[in-house]
Amino acid sequence: MSEYIIKNGHVFDPVQGIKGDKKDIAVKDGKIVDRVGSSAKTIDAKGKTVMAGAVEIHAHIAGPKVNLGRIYRPEDKLFTNTRRKGLERTGGGNSIPTTFKTGYEYAKMGYTTAFEAAMPPLFARHVHEEIRDTPIIDEGAFPVFGNNWFVMDYLKNNEVENTAAYISWLLKATKGYAIKVVNPGGTEAWGWGLNCISTKDKVPYFDITPEEIVKGLIEANEYLGLPHSLHIHPNNLGNPGCYETTLDTLKLASGFKAKNRFGREQVMHLTHAQFHSYKGTTWADFESGAKEIIDYVNRNKNITIDTGNVTLDETTTMTADGPFEHHLTALNHLKWANCDVELETAAGVVPYVYSPNISVCAIQWAIGLELALMAKDAMRCYITTDHPNAGPFTRYPRVIKWLMSAKARGAMVESFKHKDKVLAATDIGSLDRELSLYEIAEMTRAGPAKALGLSAMCGGLKPGMDADIAIYNFNPEKPVADPEEIEKAFSRCAHVFKSGTEVVRNGEIVSNGNKRTLWVNAPVKENPQVLHDISEKFLKYYSISKANYEALGHHFVPNPYAVEVEVAE
Amino acid sequence: METITITMKNPPALYLEADVVSPDAFAGKSAAEIADLPVYEGNATGKLGDYFAVEGNSGATAAETKVVVKGDLKKVKYLGFKMSAGEVVISGSTDLYAGAWMSGGKLHVKGSVEAFAATAMRGGELVIDGNAGNYLGAAYRGDWRGMSGGKILVRGNAGSDVGMYMTGGEIIINGDVDVHVGTHAEGGKIVVRGNAKSKVGGQMVEGTIVVFGTIETMMPGFKPVGEVELEVDGEKGRFFHYIGDTGERHKKRKGQLVYGNLYRKV
Repeated sequence: MSEYIIKNGHVFDPVQGIKGDKKDIAVKDGKIVDRVGSSAKTIDAKGKTVMAGAVEIHAHIAGPKVNLGRIYRPEDKLFTNTRRKGLERTGGGNSIPTTFKTGYEYAKMGYTTAFEAAMPPLFARHVHEEIRDTPIIDEGAFPVFGNNWFVMDYLKNNEVENTAAYISWLLKATKGYAIKVVNPGGTEAWGWGLNCISTKDKVPYFDITPEEIVKGLIEANEYLGLPHSLHIHPNNLGNPGCYETTLDTLKLASGFKAKNRFGREQVMHLTHAQFHSYKGTTWADFESGAKEIIDYVNRNKNITIDTGNVTLDETTTMTADGPFEHHLTALNHLKWANCDVELETAAGVVPYVYSPNISVCAIQWAIGLELALMAKDAMRCYITTDHPNAGPFTRYPRVIKWLMSAKARGAMVESFKHKDKVLAATDIGSLDRELSLYEIAEMTRAGPAKALGLSAMCGGLKPGMDADIAIYNFNPEKPVADPEEIEKAFSRCAHVFKSGTEVVRNGEIVSNGNKRTLWVNAPVKENPQVLHDISEKFLKYYSISKANYEALGHHFVPNPYAVEVEVAE
Repeated sequence: METITITMKNPPALYLEADVVSPDAFAGKSAAEIADLPVYEGNATGKLGDYFAVEGNSGATAAETKVVVKGDLKKVKYLGFKMSAGEVVISGSTDLYAGAWMSGGKLHVKGSVEAFAATAMRGGELVIDGNAGNYLGAAYRGDWRGMSGGKILVRGNAGSDVGMYMTGGEIIINGDVDVHVGTHAEGGKIVVRGNAKSKVGGQMVEGTIVVFGTIETMMPGFKPVGEVELEVDGEKGRFFHYIGDTGERHKKRKGQLVYGNLYRKV
């Protein structure tokens, strides 16, 4: 493989504590190295910002509900078609882009690793087929466990070892990466026309509460010592007053300590925290609860969050929180798609227009920013838009602009129709903090990589790590005259390297790289009870056989990378 | 106003996507520059000049530009696409998406149009001397935002799904219409001087539909509320008045539920 030397760039790397110093980065055989030979190709990064490739911790970018969105929203593709150009294949779509466009857009913004946030295990094959067709970026997927019949049956009886053995089997069968929980118990209750609004609501038939599911899954996660923690979308998403349910959920992590060999410190990752930080009792007295949530997170080091920033765009909401999507279609009267996934989960899809002229939407915009601006530890708070739920991932440069520039935020607030209402319902007007490039690197690279247990591999520029590198046309020594410069610089990289291959040059795709599928192999000693239960449920309840369930082989996972876990039993 | 005339000289073997034929795209360009604009035939990109002879001058702005399109246009799509001002005259019949997404100006089709004419139209005027195909002034596939402004006159008949998801503007059809009129409408006005078939105003939330002739089958969700005297399209008459679609949600305004109004001539 080629050798490269990236010279004179301003390097921001939280892994090594480098805060914009001019430093050369050497690349050899796909890795960052101390030095390279004189024949190495030189990349001149003078006056540019150099960071590790960014890591996406939560986005809906592959699988059946994403595709359902694509199918039932042809209008999302209208006038967005991009023609074939060089290596790039044709693409389209705004909030739900085609797989190829997804890979290109991430890469052009300097992202080199991304995680699909909710994989229905039964449709793992579909998820992996889409991951396979998303070029350049390494990807993994989180299977959903929070409404799974096996999990609820085991945890009802406090059988943590059996739960862990089932998780171990399922991660391998579906090539999954972590334990995702969406509205624990609530989506199953939705099958009965009900929901779990608090952590203490019983799930019908299973007679278990969200609280028991969450605690049991944290225990199972730490028993296995998985690279990532429990990744949770709590109950009661998106309702005024939901911050109390969120606090109840966060408190379930207390007393647990991370046990793993990957350097991960948290036991719970709260995702799209913006949607879970609402105060008030109705949409009329709706206000921000960001302070309450982030204060708790700041105090408790065993929790990480991602923001879920509302970007004020027309988008497509999609979640395994089936009852929430039904609730949403009743609010906005737009088309609704719903799907039940047998013994495991469900999903809903509804288009949504976040309008800056609607006070609730503008307050949601402010809440997402408040969370990041009030976070005391940037290594535990990551930037997402819960793509596409709060906005398309292609808006990350805009979110970074708002976080780095109080002027840009102020201009937005000034443009709101209900400016006074937004200022009264949030603290956005009094937050003058402007995040530094170092903090941005923590929130988009080093932080998420650490939370995912990948800190030895990506998210930093230390010799030995994968050579995932993003070089931005942004000179940190020059004052920013216009905040738009930030958005522009983060939109299109000067160069991007993925595992030592240059994939983007001057904002254009120059290689499709060597994309990998990341999954977690956590073998446990044979558990006859669980193997029997799996066979039995496939015989009795599943509509397909086990042999047609597993995502194996070249067709589904052509270039796998297994993170090996040694389970201490 | 300057006039630019394009005349079909080499008709395409496949269908031609000519979304550059509009006062907006032509304004400020010379005949040679206009002939150089891209068009698509199947998967091949060509130039407008490969198919059309281009003569005359364009104005400095769209408002000062009149485009006359002549020759056999039955296989040409998107004429008058996204036009915002000025004038387009199409001498014969044309294919899909005539005047689609137009927001101003005047588009006059001297023949008939196929489906999706004036898709999501926002303003301006579209006159069709012949017949219109299906989905006249309707929303784009999947979208819930149909025609929101402007005026359409069809001197002949129209196909199915006229004014689907319409939110504003006016459509007048001198002849008959096929099934589905004003489906999901949330505003606007559709006048049918001839006869309608069925599913008139299905899932209509708000807006007005007037039928001078017969309605073969009424929607069960429409409730008769009496008779009224109306002047519609310059003609006075007595009409049966129905409100609906009662199977659909309805907004409240000043404490009153707002319905779609359907009038049929007595």
